[in-house]
Amino acid sequence: MLQPFRLHDPATVADASNLLADLGEEARAYAGGTELLLAMKQGLLHYRHLVNIKPLGLSGIRFDEETRRLRIGATTTHRAVEHSAVVAARAPMLASMERHLANVRVRAVGTVGGNLCFAEPHSDVATVLLLHEATATLGSARGRRVVGIAELLRDAYTTCLHPDELLLDIEVPELPPNAGAAYQKAAFLERPSVGVGVALLPAADGSTVAEARVAVGCLGPVPVRVGEAERALAGAPLRGRAFERALDAALDAVGRACEPVDDLYGSAGYKRQLGVALMRRAAVAARDHAAPARGGGISATD
Amino acid sequence: MQPTSDVARDLASIECRLNGRRLQAVVPVHRTLLDFLRNDLGLTGAKRACDVQVCGACTVLVDGMPVSACTYLALEVHGKTVETCEGLARDGRLHPIQQAFVDAGALQCGFCTPGMVMITRALLNDHPRPSVEVIKAYLHGNLCRCTGYKKILEAVETAARACAAEDRAAAT
Repeated sequence: MLQPFRLHDPATVADASNLLADLGEEARAYAGGTELLLAMKQGLLHYRHLVNIKPLGLSGIRFDEETRRLRIGATTTHRAVEHSAVVAARAPMLASMERHLANVRVRAVGTVGGNLCFAEPHSDVATVLLLHEATATLGSARGRRVVGIAELLRDAYTTCLHPDELLLDIEVPELPPNAGAAYQKAAFLERPSVGVGVALLPAADGSTVAEARVAVGCLGPVPVRVGEAERALAGAPLRGRAFERALDAALDAVGRACEPVDDLYGSAGYKRQLGVALMRRAAVAARDHAAPARGGGISATD
Repeated sequence: MQPTSDVARDLASIECRLNGRRLQAVVPVHRTLLDFLRNDLGLTGAKRACDVQVCGACTVLVDGMPVSACTYLALEVHGKTVETCEGLARDGRLHPIQQAFVDAGALQCGFCTPGMVMITRALLNDHPRPSVEVIKAYLHGNLCRCTGYKKILEAVETAARACAAEDRAAAT
């Protein structure tokens, strides 16, 4: 049962910011509501005021040719990202992840910014954005600042947002055209229980890994990049036994880095094993998509 | 500092099209669309089951897109079109999607069926000729605890063919 609250419709970001500052802990920003209303219905969160940020004009997707970045407004729905031709062309892994996020009803209503700001540990969005080294623009009546996704997500259900701040948009740098990237997840219902992504950026000649990015989600309070796994893959040839050896070392690192807990979706040991297995699939898919000498392009696996 | 412009509301006026008819209402801002449909309007097709947007029994369409009415504020339908399973039949004839569920026997207790029918409607809006993979992708958020899903999938495939045939007939 949803307890009564007042709904506020501010006209500008500054107005929303002032309202959130004035109302303090009794208020929360409201966009799609797929996380917030759920938690309020279940009695996990109580707010006497919701500040509706949907009319602030924060939704939309565009690609900046100069910076090679996608800009996705905070109140853009998952469905809009899923169906965006620009996202499909510039960040196919993100498009693929969105196609499989939660279910079609949640995607029609839930927003990208809401997903990030709720900082639910079982989320797909942040894990994929970590691979893209995306940034988040935060705004308030005091001004703006830009933070990385790792900085945004402090802890489970905790962001670095100040009480008067809103997430305005995220900027997602395009991966290089010869990169391969893949995200793999295991999900029983609408939330992932494990999500792992790998991006491999080949050297100019296409034979070795110049840079590897490995992100693990759901196996700790926040999704993380696994530096040790990335270093194990960096410099490795993209083909043959040497790649397999580097991958084995990276898998060991992922197994050590994650901090799963026992819950209804499985034991910690099971989830660690699942994470390592999905990491192998993601790495092999990323490798297969990374352009070899004969050419190719960024791709993503479903 | 400029004064903060704010409109704070406990009640919301909504004007929408519900199952083809214009509707005006005033609702508390915290009223869910499911409570509005079932308790205020007496439209009990959308079902309350899990009540936490997991099971899909409360699926209705807003501007053609499926939403979980249990976790969606009624005020959000302002200026939009809302479709529930009560709006599907025409002149006493079941909609092809409903008929396909009857013909396939794609139900047992029937509690999930209005949601299944409406998610099928959303599916066919987006993909008039869906593959089995696309059907599963749309239906995977709608749970049935009686039948298993085989007959439901059969019903959706039949419904897709029937709707496509109707569209062809309408076009000629």
